[in-house]
Amino acid sequence: MALSHLSSTRSNRLLRPLAAAASSLCRPISTSTEPLVIETSIPFTPHKCEPPSRSVETNPQELLTFFRDMATMRRMEIAADSLYKAKLIRGFCHLYDGQEAVCVGMEASINKKDCIITAYRDHCTFLGRGGTLLEIFSELMGRQGGCSKGKGGSMHFYKKESGFYGGHGIVGAQVPLGCGLAFAQKYNKDENVTFALYGDGAANQGQLFEALNISALWDLPIILVCENNHYGMGTAEWRAAKSPSYYKRGDYVPGLKVDGMDVLAVKQACKFAKEHVLKNGPIILEMDTYRYHGHSMSDPGSTYRTRDEISGVRQERDPIERVRKLVLGHDLATEKELKDIEKEIRKEVDEAIAKAKVSPMPEPSELFTNVYVKGFGTEVFHS
Amino acid sequence: MWGIVGQRACRHGSSAMSLQVTRPVIHALRSFSTAAKEMTVRDALNSAIDEEMSADPKVFLMGEEVGEYQGAYKITKGLLEKYGPDRVLDTPITEAGFTGIGVGAAYHGLKPIVEFMTFNFSMQAIDHIINSAAKSNYMSAGQISVPIVFRGPNGAAAGVGAQHSQCYAPWFASCPGLKVLAPYSSEDARGLMKAAIRDPDPVVFLENELLYGESFPVSAEVLDSSFCLPIGKAKIEREGKDVTITAFSKMVGYALKAAEILSKEGISAEVINLRSIRPLDRATINNSVRKTNRLVTVEEGFPQHGIGAEICASVVEDSFEYLDAAIERIAGADVPMPYAANLERLAVPQVEDIVRAAKRTCYRSSSLAATA
Repeated sequence: MALSHLSSTRSNRLLRPLAAAASSLCRPISTSTEPLVIETSIPFTPHKCEPPSRSVETNPQELLTFFRDMATMRRMEIAADSLYKAKLIRGFCHLYDGQEAVCVGMEASINKKDCIITAYRDHCTFLGRGGTLLEIFSELMGRQGGCSKGKGGSMHFYKKESGFYGGHGIVGAQVPLGCGLAFAQKYNKDENVTFALYGDGAANQGQLFEALNISALWDLPIILVCENNHYGMGTAEWRAAKSPSYYKRGDYVPGLKVDGMDVLAVKQACKFAKEHVLKNGPIILEMDTYRYHGHSMSDPGSTYRTRDEISGVRQERDPIERVRKLVLGHDLATEKELKDIEKEIRKEVDEAIAKAKVSPMPEPSELFTNVYVKGFGTEVFHS
Repeated sequence: MWGIVGQRACRHGSSAMSLQVTRPVIHALRSFSTAAKEMTVRDALNSAIDEEMSADPKVFLMGEEVGEYQGAYKITKGLLEKYGPDRVLDTPITEAGFTGIGVGAAYHGLKPIVEFMTFNFSMQAIDHIINSAAKSNYMSAGQISVPIVFRGPNGAAAGVGAQHSQCYAPWFASCPGLKVLAPYSSEDARGLMKAAIRDPDPVVFLENELLYGESFPVSAEVLDSSFCLPIGKAKIEREGKDVTITAFSKMVGYALKAAEILSKEGISAEVINLRSIRPLDRATINNSVRKTNRLVTVEEGFPQHGIGAEICASVVEDSFEYLDAAIERIAGADVPMPYAANLERLAVPQVEDIVRAAKRTCYRSSSLAATA
């Protein structure tokens, strides 16, 4: 029977197949924009607000884009791991694999005039804002073709024209900066918002509350997004926070707890948040997510958590697997087609790395450029 | 004697390289000095900020008490009424938070003026000044520029004790990516404030509380709304040929008084008003020392790693053969500022200290260690 392979991949009673599929064996990948409504894994947990609906509107094209984008990010981070071990990437390297659904879901609900600012775990966020694999790998390897011309490094990616303001190394600093971006958007009367991302570790920073207080007083269109991966470097959230309900920490500021491994839930929450802040001032989103790697490449990530915990999350909650199941369950593509996409991505990533590896380092004269704007130049001490 | 070098800077920033027109030095004439208008430093700052806010809608002001209170030191008087609460913002007492917000607004293209009630409180926000503002243009290879001004009173006031009296010039001036200005007169205050606001880079603007009420003559040119001084250029306040005295902010006044006393004793001192701590006008300082062969540096702050230390190094590196005497550094005492009036007086440089140091460089007295 033509639909027999469908029933074998259907794993969740909430997934409903598209009606009357034609012969699925020689059908191309669906790029249809026919609306599809899918329920999030779990309901949203609100704090001082009405939560959005669990039913998320999407379409086949969007789901496949989610798959492709997240798979690209996953492949990129794993490749960065190898490059770091090969000593082609130096210094700090903080990897985002496991957390892909957060930046991908966010992008689906906003535009490039909305701003995103995050901390140092920024490779995938930058890619989501329109960065290319080549400029990422070039920057990581300190080449002049990098997005910061090799002068920033892993923690300092920026793309101002697409509303990405970095890339910040000091924990927590990005939150007041993000509130400043929102201030400017309001000052200019744009109908745009800013998402300031931070981790469960940064959530305890005083400057966050200072900036939140001002943002609430001045009604700034700022969305604070706590990417709660449950560990601040090696310290578990219960050892660092008296109250790990980060979505409630705003007190008078409303909040929402979201399953950060479910890209559709993230999309719904960000859409809801954007509408909310344009009318009512700040909101906090807590994304319940997980990082497979340690805090950075210097951290094995297994001295403060068990390997069982890590593999458990990978099996039960992996964001890419979740979308794979959705795509297959709704017969939007075959397993082989998805595997082909992954092969294609692997090739793209390998090509970008190969190209970056042979690209030149910055000219020595670049040491003294960009200290100031307007070519004032830097004072050259006697060399 | 006032020599005024006013330079019409171009619209964007005041880099010496982009000057269109250079005016020659005008020596004060008797008719000039009687006709000159006087202006306090306070009014000079207020009018400069007012004019720049009027000219550019992206400029806005934030800080504690800048709005309804009219400014803790009345520098921002009248601005809330004129520009409204969208552009003149009273902040809570949360320096780290509001400084970060200011820097973020600058990232997006606005031009904030962030006031610290005194620079002692800037330490609460120093991460944003250094790591978020100063370094961003470099780390982003030019993508993220930060056209922000951090301003407020710096250094010792009167009787305010150890936590409210520190000079932060050396700390900020050591950081590449920042520009650090220190006005003395009303002309300095107007010209440098305008330059700072127009400048596309982060500028730390170090005022002095005790100078706010002092009046200085200002020419019609200084009063013009397009008046601007170049950043990175020192001013020779008084020409001389025997010894160079460098100073900034309030100490310029002390140095000029010292020069007056020295002239009666036959020593002609050249007083340089630094105006710009970063970039430091090494050319003017070195040219002066090559002429006089002797140098006294004066500052109010702590001596170790201070501004004088940098000037000494620069002169030793550039003009060693021209020195006829060891360089003298006059600085505040190497102690936290005491409260008792007599101890406070001992902790900051006095005119006599500058005179003694200048004489030492001229071999007029035995060499004494320059202690408080």
